[in-house]
Amino acid sequence: MNAPLLQLDQATMQFGGLKCVCDLSFIVTAGGLVGLIGPNGAGKTTVFNLITGVYRPTAGNITFAGKSVVGHRPYRITSRGIARTFQNIRLFGSLTVFDNVRTACNMHLRHGISHALMRGPKFAAENRTTENFVEELLQIFGLTAARDEPCRSLSYGGQRRLEIVRALATRPKLLLLDEPAAGMNPTEKIELMKLIRFTQEKFGLAVLLVEHDMKVVMGICERIIVLDYGRKIAEGTPTEIRADPKVIAAYLGKEAA
Amino acid sequence: MLERTKILLLAAVLASAAISFFAGSINPYYYDILISIGINIILATSLNLVNGYTGQFSLGHAGFMAAGAYGSAWLTLAFGYALGTSVAGTTALFVFALTAGGLIAALAGLAVGVPSLRLRGDYLAIVTLGFNEIIKSVIQNAEPLGAQRGLGGMVAHTNFFWTFALAALTVYVVLNLVHSTYGSGFLAVRDDEIAAEAMGINTTKYKVLAFVIGAFFAGVAGGLYAHFKQFIHPEGFNFLRSMDIVVMVILGGMGSTIGVCIAAVLLTILPEGLRALAHLPWLPDWLRPIAENRMILYSLLLIILMITRPQGLFGTLGWKRKKA
Amino acid sequence: MPDQLIEFLQQLINGLAQGSIYALIALGYTLVFGVLRFINFAHGDVFMLGAFAGLYTAPKLLALCGGGPSFPGAAAVLVVAMFICAALGILIEKLCYRPLRGRPHLTVLITAIGVSLFLENAGQYVFGADPQSFPEIITDRALEIPETWGALSSLTITVGQLLVFGVTFFLLLGLRAIVLHTRTGMAMRALSFNPVAASLMGVNTDVVISFTFGLGSALAGAAGILTSIQQPSIDPLMGVNIGLKAFVAAVLGGIGNIPGAALGGILIGVLEALVVGYINPTYRDAIVFAVLILILLIKPSGLLGKPEREKV
Repeated sequence: MNAPLLQLDQATMQFGGLKCVCDLSFIVTAGGLVGLIGPNGAGKTTVFNLITGVYRPTAGNITFAGKSVVGHRPYRITSRGIARTFQNIRLFGSLTVFDNVRTACNMHLRHGISHALMRGPKFAAENRTTENFVEELLQIFGLTAARDEPCRSLSYGGQRRLEIVRALATRPKLLLLDEPAAGMNPTEKIELMKLIRFTQEKFGLAVLLVEHDMKVVMGICERIIVLDYGRKIAEGTPTEIRADPKVIAAYLGKEAA
Repeated sequence: MLERTKILLLAAVLASAAISFFAGSINPYYYDILISIGINIILATSLNLVNGYTGQFSLGHAGFMAAGAYGSAWLTLAFGYALGTSVAGTTALFVFALTAGGLIAALAGLAVGVPSLRLRGDYLAIVTLGFNEIIKSVIQNAEPLGAQRGLGGMVAHTNFFWTFALAALTVYVVLNLVHSTYGSGFLAVRDDEIAAEAMGINTTKYKVLAFVIGAFFAGVAGGLYAHFKQFIHPEGFNFLRSMDIVVMVILGGMGSTIGVCIAAVLLTILPEGLRALAHLPWLPDWLRPIAENRMILYSLLLIILMITRPQGLFGTLGWKRKKA
Repeated sequence: MPDQLIEFLQQLINGLAQGSIYALIALGYTLVFGVLRFINFAHGDVFMLGAFAGLYTAPKLLALCGGGPSFPGAAAVLVVAMFICAALGILIEKLCYRPLRGRPHLTVLITAIGVSLFLENAGQYVFGADPQSFPEIITDRALEIPETWGALSSLTITVGQLLVFGVTFFLLLGLRAIVLHTRTGMAMRALSFNPVAASLMGVNTDVVISFTFGLGSALAGAAGILTSIQQPSIDPLMGVNIGLKAFVAAVLGGIGNIPGAALGGILIGVLEALVVGYINPTYRDAIVFAVLILILLIKPSGLLGKPEREKV
């Protein structure tokens, strides 16, 4: 349970002359809940993009479950067990709530195109399994009522929840959440914290969370990693981070330290 | 939408066979229009898979039609004598030629789809246009295919049954494909490629698949066309022909198979209606060329549609605005 | 000097002349892409309209300048055509593209195709589909290169070609001055970097976009006149082929990049001349398409462009 699931080793991302992420190393254990924080522009979303294969690190290595994920297409990394949500919600706009989640079940299908066309008993059976799976997920997260609505008709909080459900449909071992609390009011944030905790326990996932809201981060994370200008400047428990002068300096400027 | 679709397909095929029986008594002019409608339904539905459902804006569909037309024509011409004149022989040859034409077109679709993968909307459109021109160039320089003179002498194998049975098949394939969990990959690619990849969907596979399947049916339509008109010419498969099909897809509403079929019917009848209009004695002379040159009206239709009702007749403009 | 070198220089001259035409049109594509991030499919047809504008205005303008082909007469036709095209470009933008501001990319692209097809077909209807003769606004003849230049004297360079070089050069200078040294030019550059910030800083987006369209269209109109001087047979579909090649030129140089468009134009012109001269004239169109496909596969941002990343 404490073996490293995700491991970054001196990962670096350089765009031209700018090093967005520099020599970053950290570990997320299976079932762990880790927060990734830092001032704006610190490179947090870039780290997500590196892990999920949207970018290829210019140096360093990233391993998941013991195998390197560098150089793989994002969809293959997802099939290994990493799922994510996005900073700006990226739902499939023209699809219903149900179909958004169903799309994420694609990679686990055992039938191919010929079955989709011939529609034999194997197709029907697997279809039923998939639909039941999606129904279950929607029910757990309270989206059953909206199942046939266009996904855009959901409230902002509902859309964020849907994004998480969709990511879960890929049956990940590690879930990356990119600023899930953005735009939420305090009540919604408390709900979100409960949701993340619940998701982690129920599905036995590891969660890596990028978030600006300190209440959320301090409230649920077991460990926190702090980035500034692409480098890790601190790592520890919420209590340790709260008191760390480097972290305070990064957020508030040198004078406040 | 499971067994029902198979039943509907079977019904459509049987109906086509039945109607085909009485086809002899249909006025030849209307018969021609009906066949054209069937062929256009295949073209529009197959293009809709690429443009509408997968969001890859292809402007070169006529090129795939040409590949199928010339491929099948060459085969029936080359082997026509060999298989004799028995009904079974000629039908078998026709089916073989149509399939082969479709496969040749599918290969062309592969050749176009793979390089186009990384290209954004505008560039993809121009490149597919370019490939259309290239295919046309190749045909224009190929002596065995008649080059600039065109290719003629095909036997008129195409009849009501084949046209509409294949049209029904095309609709069946596209609808079944898209309305399945497997097929939701196409829509995901259209809506948000990055999110689709993140959800485990191999976007490359789906884009290429859309191109290949779309091209296959365009090739089949080409084969039907070649054995209907009995003469084909490279200029008949140029950018304007591609635009004809694109207008059908846009008018019908991208991503709505029913809409696209209806649009195919409307836009097959429209030029005939315009032609009739052009011959009306009381029409002022200056209006006559406009009635005859359907492109003026088509282009205006496109512009007005895009400004007032971009989702066409039946489409839902659901996909997210892609930032540049 | 060996004959092959002379031959090569000749092809180079022809290529540069044609390339300048491509450059002028490519600039229109690039300017519009810079501020609106979309490819104005109908731009090549503005080039055609420039030629026809010249066709209809030349008789009266030449008469005003003393009758018959003359330098002032040609200049007048050029300037008038540029103005007419600028106005047309602004009108097209206002009617067809402005209502679509903020709509999905595909919608605008399809509209642009519609506009292009409309201009071509309406042109065939209004002007007649048959090619027409562009009036002689300046006597285009081969210049006599003095014998004292040695082997170079066997080169052919026409008045038309010299005019193309000269006008293109001055127009490029003028464009550079506008883009770098005027407030509107600065606004154009601001818009191309960040439209939202630009409008927040008080840039009147609509006016700047109109201006950009007008500028690009004027250049296309100039190209129309310059081409018609050398190839007096004009028809409503003359913009299709040239427009496409100029588009490839803009992409080659880096779409959105102004020096890139000029560079791309020259390169495509020279490449075309070399292919026609040394390989096979029937491949002149295919080679340009091949360049497009190659550049999109290898470096889509073009020679001078910077890659644009989608924000994830």
